[in-house]
Amino acid sequence: MLGEPTAKQLVEAAASFLEKVAAPQLEGHAAFHARVATNVLAIVARELELGPAAAKAETERLAKLLGSEGDLDAMRRALSAKLTAGEMDISTPGLAEHLLATVVDRVRIEQPGYGSMKRV
Amino acid sequence: MSDLSDIAHGLEAVARAIAGPEARATALRRLSGGASQETWSFDIETGDKSRGYILRRAPGGVALGTSAQSIGLETEAKVIRAAIASGSPAPPVAHVCTDADGLGAAYVMDRLPGETIARKILRDAPFEKARAVLARQCGAALARIHATPADTLPPLPFSGAREQLDRYEEVYRSFDTPRPIFDLAFKHLRDRAPTPPATTLVHGDFRLGNIMVGPDGLVAALDWELAHVGDPTEDLSWICMPSWRFGQMDKPVGGFGAVEDLLAGYREAGGDPRINADMVRWWTIFGSLKWGVMCLTMFRAFETGADPSVERAAIGRRASETELDLMLMLTGRL
Repeated sequence: MLGEPTAKQLVEAAASFLEKVAAPQLEGHAAFHARVATNVLAIVARELELGPAAAKAETERLAKLLGSEGDLDAMRRALSAKLTAGEMDISTPGLAEHLLATVVDRVRIEQPGYGSMKRV
Repeated sequence: MSDLSDIAHGLEAVARAIAGPEARATALRRLSGGASQETWSFDIETGDKSRGYILRRAPGGVALGTSAQSIGLETEAKVIRAAIASGSPAPPVAHVCTDADGLGAAYVMDRLPGETIARKILRDAPFEKARAVLARQCGAALARIHATPADTLPPLPFSGAREQLDRYEEVYRSFDTPRPIFDLAFKHLRDRAPTPPATTLVHGDFRLGNIMVGPDGLVAALDWELAHVGDPTEDLSWICMPSWRFGQMDKPVGGFGAVEDLLAGYREAGGDPRINADMVRWWTIFGSLKWGVMCLTMFRAFETGADPSVERAAIGRRASETELDLMLMLTGRL
C-alpha cells in the first residue's frame, strides 16, 4: 500500500543501512558498536510491532491475577509487593503462567534467538 | 596517558626489571576485551630470545575501582601468586608495577598460549578434545583455587550468599522499576539461602570468557579482580549460569559439560565433598538473578552519561533473558 512509511519501516531502513552499508566500512570498536546498533534497531522494530499486544495481554492477565484493574506500572508494582511479602508465590494459581507469558513476549522482542526460548 | 608511546616507554623499564639490562620491550599492541581493565600484549627481547607478556592495567593507569567489588590490581597480583603457589592454573605474575614505572596501577604476567573466546571454544574443531575433559578440569582447578591457604592471601572482602543477596537486592530496589520475576527469585533464594560448609578464597568470575583453553583443555583462570572470601559453591555455579552457556542450554557447565563431571573433578582434586548439585543449583539461580541486576547496572552507566555507547544502552535489554531463565529454573524446565 502506498502512503507514508510506518515507524517500523523507518527503523528497518536505518538498520539495513547500518548493517549493509556502514558496518562493512568500519573496523575494530566502531564495527562492533555498529553491529550492536543494528541489533538495537531490530529490537525497536520488533517492539513497535509486538509491544502493544504484549502490554495489553500483560495488563489483562495482571487484572485477573490481582483481582483489580489499574495501569500497567501500578499493577506490576502491586504484584512485586505481593511477591516480596510472600503473599503470592510460585504455587499461586496463574502466577507462573503469567510471569512466563510476560517474559516470553519480552524476549521475543529483545532477543528472539536466545537459547532458552527452545525450552518454552 | 593511554598513548601507545607512553606505555611503550614505561615497559622499557619493566623489561629491564624482568629480564636484565639488555632487555627490550617490543611488539606492543592493545588487546580487545576487558571493559574494566586495559590489556596489552608485548614481547621482551633479550639477545636472540623473545618471550610474550601481558600488561594488565587500570584504564588510563588510574585505579578508580570500576565496580564496588573490584579489589585493585596490586591485590589481584598477590591473590594470583598465592593461588599459583597452591597449585592453581593462572598466568604467573612477572612484575607488579611501581610508581617508578610510570604505568599507574598495573602488573605484568606471562602470555600463555590459548583461546578465551567462548564461541570458538564451544564450536571450533581444535577444541573438540578439550571440550570432553574441560568440566572435570574446571572442577579440579577450582579445588586448587579454594585450597589456597588463608594466611598466604592479602586481606580480601568477605561476601557470602546472604551478603550478595542483600547487595544485589538493594541495587535492584534502587532502580525503582518493578520486575516481578526478580522479586519472586529474591524471595525464593532468601528462603533457601545455603550455609557454606566452609569459606574459602573464591575467584568470583570463573566462566567461559575468563578462562584460557588450549587443545588439551584448561590452561589458566584469568581475570581475578572479583576475588573474595566466601562460599566456594559460588565458583562452581557461575560457570553454569545459563547466560554463560552461550546458547548450549543442554550442557549446564559453560555450554560444554555436566555438573556431575565438574563436581567429580572438584572432589578428585581435594575439593570439599560436601558441596552437592543442590547447592550448585541455588547459586546458579542466584547467578542469573545477579547477572540480570548487573545488566541493568551497566545500562545505568549509559543513563547517567558516564558511558554513552550504544553497547551500554543495549545491555539493559538483556535482563529479560535472565528473567526467562529464572522462570524456567523455578519451574524445573532448565
